[in-house]
Amino acid sequence: MANLLVISIGAILINNFILSRFLGLCPFIGVSKKTETALGMGMAVIFVMVLASAVTWVIWTYLLCPGETNLFWIVARACGSEVSAQAFDLRFLETIAFILIIASLVQFVELVLKKMSPALYDALGIFLPLITTNCAILGVAELNTMSLGYGFLESVVHGFSAGVGFLLALLMMSGVRERLEFAPIPRFMRGLPVAFITSGLMSMAFLGFSGLKF
Amino acid sequence: MSKKVSIFKDFTKGLLVENPTLVLALGLCPTLAVSSSAINGLGMGVAATFVLVMSNIIVSLIRPLVPAKIRIPIFIVVIATFVTVVKLVMAAYTPALSEALGIFIPLIVVNCIILGRAEAFASKHGVLRSAADGLGMGLGFSLTLILLGSFRELLGNGSIFGANIMGASYQPAIMMILPPGAFLSLAMMVAASRWILEKTSKGGNS
Repeated sequence: MANLLVISIGAILINNFILSRFLGLCPFIGVSKKTETALGMGMAVIFVMVLASAVTWVIWTYLLCPGETNLFWIVARACGSEVSAQAFDLRFLETIAFILIIASLVQFVELVLKKMSPALYDALGIFLPLITTNCAILGVAELNTMSLGYGFLESVVHGFSAGVGFLLALLMMSGVRERLEFAPIPRFMRGLPVAFITSGLMSMAFLGFSGLKF
Repeated sequence: MSKKVSIFKDFTKGLLVENPTLVLALGLCPTLAVSSSAINGLGMGVAATFVLVMSNIIVSLIRPLVPAKIRIPIFIVVIATFVTVVKLVMAAYTPALSEALGIFIPLIVVNCIILGRAEAFASKHGVLRSAADGLGMGLGFSLTLILLGSFRELLGNGSIFGANIMGASYQPAIMMILPPGAFLSLAMMVAASRWILEKTSKGGNS
């Protein structure tokens, strides 16, 4: 339990996906002009991140990694083949497999939401197609499996908290940007540059959290 | 306009006028994340340029065969294939760089520059022009990364490409290598590139 708490605080504050890992900057800059859209985008990202963390972890562990749990090996064994458990090392396919899984997952979620819950679809629908190319989603899948080597529950918690961290940064940014609209800003700094400076200052504030030790 | 001129134009527009990072604001995540030193910027630039040129060529070659409705998944598979090639080659030959760039090598797949060029240019133009466009965009991206990386490394570490420039007495501003420095320096670069673009276009008119 304590471990899961550490993971979630780490992903929300210390290693915030936007402000310290630099993942998901395109939607962060693109949809942070209004608080309402920022909220919708953040919710959609949390939703897809949790699903993607769970699904990619299962695919990674049972299809791509070699060993006793590899499904291909189990099937080959059941068919009477004598190959070793290390024969099915498909980890090099991870990038292609993950992006295809995420893309089809997003399409699937869109279809299901449209059918099952039109209200939720109205709120999140327009953000879903944008999420496929959001590097935060592929990033969380890669981090869970390749870099950090989390277990299933840890991966899902990490995905959820990364999404919450994303929502937090997006909301704060949209609050600032709504006010920036009326600020006197030098001509060349308007729009993108001043958004970067704002995020730089926020990122500086978040650096303070790296002093948190457990 | 002769064919040669237009290929040259496809190549040069990516360098400044349609620079993918500074003007179009695409591919921001790798730009900010790997530009903590000039050498990391160069590595990411070369990797992305290779993927960009190769995927532009393949997308342009298969463009008559691809049904319009499923073109995006097909483009993504083509891109992911070349990213896997780059990832394995870098892990084998430049392990230190591969370690430093980390998950941003597989994340080239979702770099909007590459899918953007495949969709906006390569799926509509011939092989030569697509390759020129990919090379120009890739070089524009690499130049931005190297410039940003050198700037941050110079202020944050006193060196460029690992060679000490500022001398031993220089007190490095660590903030520039940390995440906030990335945001602040890119903001300055975007503003500077706008200023330069406006100056040059005014000079052209008068």
